[in-house]
Amino acid sequence: MELWFSDYHTERVKVSVKIEKQLFGQQTDFQRIDVFESEEFGRFISSDGSIVFSEKDEFTYDEMIVHVPMAVHPNVEKVLVIGGGDGGVARELSYYEEIKQIDVVEPDEVFVSACKEFFPDNAKGLEDPRVTVYNRDGLRFLRDKHGVYDLIINDAIDPLGHTAGLFTKEFYGNCYRALRDDGIMVYQHGSPFYDEDEDTCRAMHRKASHSFPISRVYQAHIPTCSSGYWLFGFVSKKYHPLTDFDAERWNRRGIKTWYYTTNLHRGAFMLPKYVEDMLEEEEAR
Amino acid sequence: MRLEAQKHAPVYEALEKFRKQRIVPFDVPGHKRGRGNPELRELLGEKCVSIDVNSMKQLDNLCHPMSVIKEAEELAAEAFGADHCFFMVGGTTSAVQSMVLTACRAGDKIILPRNVHKSVINALVLCGAIPVYVNPEVDKKLGISLGMELPELERAIRENPDAVCVLVNNPTYYGICSDLRGIVKLAHEHNMLVLVDEAHGTHLYFGKDLPVNAMEAGADMASVSMHKSGGSLTQSSLLLVNKTVNWEYVSQIINLTQTTSASYLLLSSLDISRRNLALRGEESFAKVREMAEYARAEINSVGGYYAYGAEMINKKSIFDFDVTKLSIYTRDIGLAGIEVYDLLRDEYDIQIEFGDIANILAYISIGDRIQDIERLVGALADIKRLYSKDPSQMMVTEYIAPQVLVSPQKAFYSDKTAVPLEKTAGKICGEFVMCYPPGIPILAPGELITAQIIEYILYAKEKGCSMQGTQDPYMNYLQVFEQ
Repeated sequence: MELWFSDYHTERVKVSVKIEKQLFGQQTDFQRIDVFESEEFGRFISSDGSIVFSEKDEFTYDEMIVHVPMAVHPNVEKVLVIGGGDGGVARELSYYEEIKQIDVVEPDEVFVSACKEFFPDNAKGLEDPRVTVYNRDGLRFLRDKHGVYDLIINDAIDPLGHTAGLFTKEFYGNCYRALRDDGIMVYQHGSPFYDEDEDTCRAMHRKASHSFPISRVYQAHIPTCSSGYWLFGFVSKKYHPLTDFDAERWNRRGIKTWYYTTNLHRGAFMLPKYVEDMLEEEEAR
Repeated sequence: MRLEAQKHAPVYEALEKFRKQRIVPFDVPGHKRGRGNPELRELLGEKCVSIDVNSMKQLDNLCHPMSVIKEAEELAAEAFGADHCFFMVGGTTSAVQSMVLTACRAGDKIILPRNVHKSVINALVLCGAIPVYVNPEVDKKLGISLGMELPELERAIRENPDAVCVLVNNPTYYGICSDLRGIVKLAHEHNMLVLVDEAHGTHLYFGKDLPVNAMEAGADMASVSMHKSGGSLTQSSLLLVNKTVNWEYVSQIINLTQTTSASYLLLSSLDISRRNLALRGEESFAKVREMAEYARAEINSVGGYYAYGAEMINKKSIFDFDVTKLSIYTRDIGLAGIEVYDLLRDEYDIQIEFGDIANILAYISIGDRIQDIERLVGALADIKRLYSKDPSQMMVTEYIAPQVLVSPQKAFYSDKTAVPLEKTAGKICGEFVMCYPPGIPILAPGELITAQIIEYILYAKEKGCSMQGTQDPYMNYLQVFEQ
């Protein structure tokens, strides 16, 4: 049998993964969710035909979106995770003892239950007693929150699909309001490589950099993401991701990682020239 | 309504059959199923250009329907509870104008509220009828015209017993409804026809627990914008006629100005949308209503905004309220509606229907999703946080009663001169002045220009309203004349 899953990175570029078998498929109120077994990437889950994460590379994503802000902010007690229904982000957060409360807001219950069934290693993050999962719309959840959170992680995946509302100016504005005076938000920043992704990437930085006093972008290599080259955004009211970064303190924690290191932390903010230029152009607009 | 019959869509079915016949075209349109215009075919799609065809035997002819268009119109008439229905391809403007041209001849009086769409007054320019305005009450806070009240209508009828018809726009853009049944009873007692501009009321024919629709209230004619809440293509519309009106005469009136090359894209969209509404309308509009009510509650809990609803009903100037509408008063955050409208588009990538001096209107329809509503509410909350100003600086709007000195037709065709806007007080206006949308005239041809009106126009311009209707695109000059 020869069965291939194709993920379109653009209309003219696709990445195909050879499939052993399909484990799950369901159209929910929000998206089409599928889970596949493959030899190369292990299990992976897709939303509307695009890979969300795979067993092989999810650690990159979850570590980079959690440890970078956690190594900067000196005292995180309350965290809001928007999206993140798989539990991977919550799992990384659970290694920090000072955190008292982790709110995970994932509108799609089916996504949560599918991850529980097929990705127990991620989903165990949701079992931490500090975690509460809210099956609600992210914007709706944020609306009445004022100065509550130290850290907001926007783990939503698709700036064009059903989570488009989480990549908008109103979202950044509502996050700004929901953060404490020294709060940080990190978010998926997409890929700068293909032309059709570039516009989205630019618009995101424009909105974020105009909404927060500090706004930096960092990078990681994630093969299942579009072009494999992925950016994250770091915005904050007070802390700078490099000048307020405390490597020693983080290393003393002894958290076991596969991707993140404090050396890589610094390097991740050193961007290619074309990305730097692109971001600076948007900051000036 | 015969549900089994309503499952048919005769125009659509005829087009499907026609497509499969693969007839070789030696007739118009010249793009020949898109082959002659590959870029257009690429943009619109193969299927779309292949049914952009001319009238022919198996597809009937809108100018004189005998087969599938006739059947489709009959099904639509049945679905809307009318005696006869016309498919219109010139927008609801053409439906409204056909109503007026049917009811009025040159010199006839027509009773109407001032907050009518410009298409009504345009029709008066065409046919030479004289408007008699029933002054609506204006909500002092919201600055919007309310419904037509029976005592006011009664007075207008008493003062103008020779008027031939009453025209009422119901619901208004903002969702305000008048006492339609009362208006019909009163007008009919005085042998006047009742014409209803129902551009914003398609859903009233299918939704449950919504204000009464024109046909049910016994009106003689109604114009229904299928392309607004009904889901058909832009520019397609319906004209509904009761048995009190000679529909063959209406057909002649329509054909005075209607194209002889009606688009089958528009016609089939009317047909399919009618079927959809008849079969699933009740369920769809229940959802629209639920979304609008949810948005209203959420916006009101943000604070600073007032999303108004059924609590406004007073059984007089607001006889009823269409709860599927989402109108929001913005001035308490120190921003004009038009300013919020611009911010939503420029800063938040959200396009709403319109903003006026004090309100915005977001159009909620069968195509909306709850996550988009969350974006709208989130953006409004953010606008309040970032842009709100001192509300005491806002101009209070009030209703300016028009003073009609000559008929719109006479004024429009008289010799006029262009005069700087600021110097026009005391002169008679020879053209239209309006903010668009909503397209309700501030001045119509034949009306006296006053200092108060000039001040209002300048304020609306300053706030960034799109001003239209005048020959001068920037509206620095008005075409005027003296009696």
